[in-house]
Order: sequence, then C-alpha cells, then structure tokens
Amino acid sequence: MAERMGFFTDTSVCIGCKACEVACKEWNQLPDDGFVFEATSYDNTGMLGASTWRHVAFIEQSRPVQLPSADDGAEDSVDRWLMASDVCKHCTHAACLDVCPTGALFRTEFDTVVVQSDICNGCGYCVPACPYGVIDRREGDGRAWKCTMCYDRQLGGLEPACAKACPTDSIQFGPLDELRERAEERVARLRADGHEEARLYGESPSDGVGGAGAFFLLLDEPEVYGLPPDPVVTTRDLPAMWRWAGAAALSLAGTVALAFLKDGSLRRGGRHHRWGR
Amino acid sequence: MGQVKAGTAVEGRDAEFRSYYGRPVIKPPVWHEPHMPTYLYLGGMSGVSSSIAVMARLTGNPRLARTARLAAAAGASVGAALLAAELGRPERFLNMLRVFKPTSPMSVGSWILAAQSGLSAAAASADLAGLLPAAGGAARLGGRRGAARLRGGLGAALLGGRRSAALLGGGGDTGILGVAEDRGFLGVAGDAALLATALTGPLTATYTAVLIADTAVPAWHEAYRELPFLFAGSAMAAAGAVAMLATPRAQAGPARAVAAVGAVVETAAGTLMERRLGMVGRPYREGRAGRLMGTARMLTAGGGLLAAVAGRSRVLTALSGLALTAGSLCTRFGVLEAGRASAADPAYTIVPQRDRLDAVPGEGLQG
Repeated sequence: MAERMGFFTDTSVCIGCKACEVACKEWNQLPDDGFVFEATSYDNTGMLGASTWRHVAFIEQSRPVQLPSADDGAEDSVDRWLMASDVCKHCTHAACLDVCPTGALFRTEFDTVVVQSDICNGCGYCVPACPYGVIDRREGDGRAWKCTMCYDRQLGGLEPACAKACPTDSIQFGPLDELRERAEERVARLRADGHEEARLYGESPSDGVGGAGAFFLLLDEPEVYGLPPDPVVTTRDLPAMWRWAGAAALSLAGTVALAFLKDGSLRRGGRHHRWGR
Repeated sequence: MGQVKAGTAVEGRDAEFRSYYGRPVIKPPVWHEPHMPTYLYLGGMSGVSSSIAVMARLTGNPRLARTARLAAAAGASVGAALLAAELGRPERFLNMLRVFKPTSPMSVGSWILAAQSGLSAAAASADLAGLLPAAGGAARLGGRRGAARLRGGLGAALLGGRRSAALLGGGGDTGILGVAEDRGFLGVAGDAALLATALTGPLTATYTAVLIADTAVPAWHEAYRELPFLFAGSAMAAAGAVAMLATPRAQAGPARAVAAVGAVVETAAGTLMERRLGMVGRPYREGRAGRLMGTARMLTAGGGLLAAVAGRSRVLTALSGLALTAGSLCTRFGVLEAGRASAADPAYTIVPQRDRLDAVPGEGLQG
C-alpha cells in the first residue's frame, strides 16, 4: 500500500478565488449545480454536493476590538473576511464507506475513500450517514458522488486538480504525516504572530472519525465555516444499536408467543382447528 | 434562518450557537415518500405477521395462520418492490446482494429481507396450493412417502435434534410436521419455510430501526435505544390489525392481543424516546413530523384500546384495525419527516456537539 495521501487546507491564506472549484469541475467533468444567487455573500455555491467537490465558504465578520491607536480605550468595530475551501475529509473511519451496502465505496491504496460509479445503485444510505454532509445523490443520474482526491491523477503521479490550481498554496497535497508536521509549524507561527484563534481541524487521529485525510487550519470555530464541531462516525455505536434491536426482536417474538399461549380457549379446542382435514 | 449572518451567534432553541448562514451541516435523507415509510410499515407488518403465522400454526389456528401467512408474503414482496423503486438506479437492485457487510445495516437488512420475502412467499404459496383440489391431491399422492421420510430428517435439522423432532413430529397429527404428512410434500416445505420465518420475521420488523439510527441524523442516531421498540410496537399493532381485519372474530383472539400490546409498546417507546432525547427530540413534536406523530399517538392509543374489546363486534374490529393501521403508517411517515427536519436545522447537529466539547476542558480544538 502506498503512503497515505491527504489535503492540508490552510484557510489563513485562502483568497476565495474559487480556482479550486473550477479546476475540480473541469478535471472531473462535473455538471453545473444550478446558477443560484444566494444573496448572503460571495458564496453562491452553498455547500458540498454531488456535483460540487470543492466549496469555497465566505464569512463576513465584524467584531468589537480594542485599537492600539485609540488612547481613550474606545472600542472599534473591525471587519474581517474568512475564506475556506471545503472538501471531502477522507476519514480514517468513514461512515459512508461503512454503511454502503453494495461495496461501491472503497478505500484506495492512498487511504482515500472513493465511489465506484459502475457499482453504486443509488440507495442513498451514505448521504445521511456522512457527519460532514459531503456526499450526495445526483438528481437525474441517481448515483452518489463525491471528491475522489483525484484518484485518476494520483495514479498517474499528479497532484489533485484543486491543489494544482490553488494560487496561494492554501490547498496543499502530500503524504499525510508530512502535512501534519507542516500544519503544526504553521499554526505555531500564526499564534506567535498574535493569531490566537488559529487552530487545526481534523488533524487528530483521536477525534471521532479517527482523523481526517483532509484537514484544515481555521481562524474561528468550525461551525462558523459550516463544519461540525465534534463529528463522530455513526457506526461507532452500531454494536450497541444491534443489541437494542436484538432485544426488541426477542421481546416481539416473546410477546406474540404469549398472546397465543394466553389464548386458552383456542388451546383447549386446538385439535378441532388443526390442519388435518 | 436563511438570513442569518455567517459566524454570528444565532438565538438557538435551547442555546446560542454559531453556524454558516444557518445552513444545515449534514445532508437530509434522500429517501422518498411514500416509498420509504410505506416500506417501514410493510416490513414491520410482514415480520410480525410471520411470528403470528408460526404461533397460529403451532397452536392449531389454521384460519389465523392462513391470513398471517398471506399478509407476511404480501408485505415483504410489496415492501421489497418499493425499496427497489426507491433506488437511484433500480436496475442495479441486485447489487444489494453483491456483498455481505456487517458494518452496513442496509446490507444486513437486504439479506434479512431477501430471506423473509422468499420464505414467506414459499409458506404462503404452499398454503394456497393446498387449497386447490387438484394440486393438493397431486401433492398428496406424489409426496406422501417423501413427506414421511422427510419428517424425521427435516424435523431434526430444523429443530436441532431428534428428540425435539420426535416431540413435535412423532405424535401423529398433533405436531407441526405430523400434520404436514397429511398435506404432502408441499405442505412440509411450506411449514419448514414458515418455521424459518420465526427467525427472519422479528429481524425484518426491527432491523429498520438500526438502519435509520446508523446515520448522522441527530433525531435518529440519538434514538437508537428506543427506535427498535417503537418499530417493534408499531409492527405488532400493524400486523395484529391486518390479522384481525381478515380473520373471523372467533379465531382472531391472539391477533387482537398482539395488536393491543403493540399499541402499548409503540406508545410507551415513543413517549420515552421524546422525553429522553430532550432538545434533539424536538423534530418529533414540531411541524409536520409533530402532527404526524401526534396523530399516530391518538390513532394507536384509540385502536389499541378498541382492540381489547374488538372481539365483540365486527364494527369494533373494523374501527380498531383501521385505526391501528393508520397509526402505524403515521408513525413511519412521522419518523422520516422528523429525520428530515432534524437534518435541516443546524442547531440539532451543532449544539449537542458544542456542548460535548465545552463539557470536557482541554478537549476543544484550541488544544
């Protein structure tokens, strides 16, 4: 098996150009996802979906800050824009992969999670299973689609289209271990520069999905970017679910049996009703 | 919440929380109405009908057994057809049986449903074939000797040993296999299939709770303890209702009992679920899902109470059976709708996760 490959998306240098969205669409020949005008920000894509495998979020914030120049201690309001390119997390413990009933979703030699479109029968189970809301079923096509981390390009020794197109290296592609080291250095540097709010998201193998193959450097809480603050792979509770369902199935069978055994009249007159005619 | 400014605190339902323009974090289930909830109803009805058919067969209640066999077969086959129609690529339906994946409740469920629909169809068609004078006679003529030979072997295989086979099969026409001898090979095969549904039936009725709980949808996932009991109760009410509607009252006593207990279980599990879930359980009480669940609660409680006295008249039987059927259907539609509402509102995803992070100091992402 090859080395585990991943994405490190450093949102602190994202300029919101959407080159990643466009490169992804072009390389993967994705259909348009409707020409919508959201009227909330420069983001008119909304969220990841069956035909959107990179999504650039725009967050416009104004917050009260103490300006060093103000001598009377007055607070001023400062605006900032946060921009972040979201993508499939390629989880270590991937719910979509776990719940797929056909084996269409599989783990590649690069430790990424990919849908085989010739197998997928469009059952839709992966869609509500993903704790990040990444994968979706494409209307008209009927199958589930999501980021493949450009599996085809990786097989040819190329980096994914989004990382290739990113003009600021906000999207970095490489062996996951290297990316994690680089990210630690970057977040330490940002904090030393006074950006106390800088934090990594999805880098820890001890989180609810066992660590993400695509992780992020964020400048605010994850939910601000539309990311779940503490995602957990749903199949973690599956053994307990089956135990409760087993208990219910046994109770059901026992209850039905009791309903008959308590039916005294039938039991006494049972022979009369029997099949032998 | 579409106008909410990104990253600003939103006045939440129980707590303030931040989100991306109030957009959902997770994707809503793509399953349609009426396919998916109707399948949940039919699967439950089929599963418990199998249990009823087995018990009716064992206790010598042929009329009730026949009704239940037919209901089990019809429920499973129509349910499977609805599931196939639900797929984005229905022609690839058989890909469901391409692998067996214990981590996927839908894979496990596909195999359970395949077994349940096959076995219940065999049990029902053997029973119907026995009604045809020619076919029954032919089966009897051709199969008597084979059936006699099969009696010991099949019994031992099915019931786990010669002793149990002798117990049930050796006493002439008093046991399940002894009776079958009179009905020829078809009857034995049908009864064997029926007996196997004693296992697949309860699984068919309850696995669907695991199916929906094993998602990121908070109202479903967090309810994984109560959902199997809600579905089991709903299935008992549904199957009891069908059986009492289609069986003469004198023979439908056990069906009424199953229906009444099912209504109690459904009501208790639903109430417990909504109470324990707290904020995450709100979708079950609000909006369209809330109306469906409320209607289900009334119909089920009413139908269950009526079931206790429905043996007295046809009208009471009809009222009870129809109310329970409608109640079970409303529960299934309500649960799907609650899941959608739960996924659409980011509060249900973000607030519990944020609370979890804040409850453990140092576990946050600041680390």
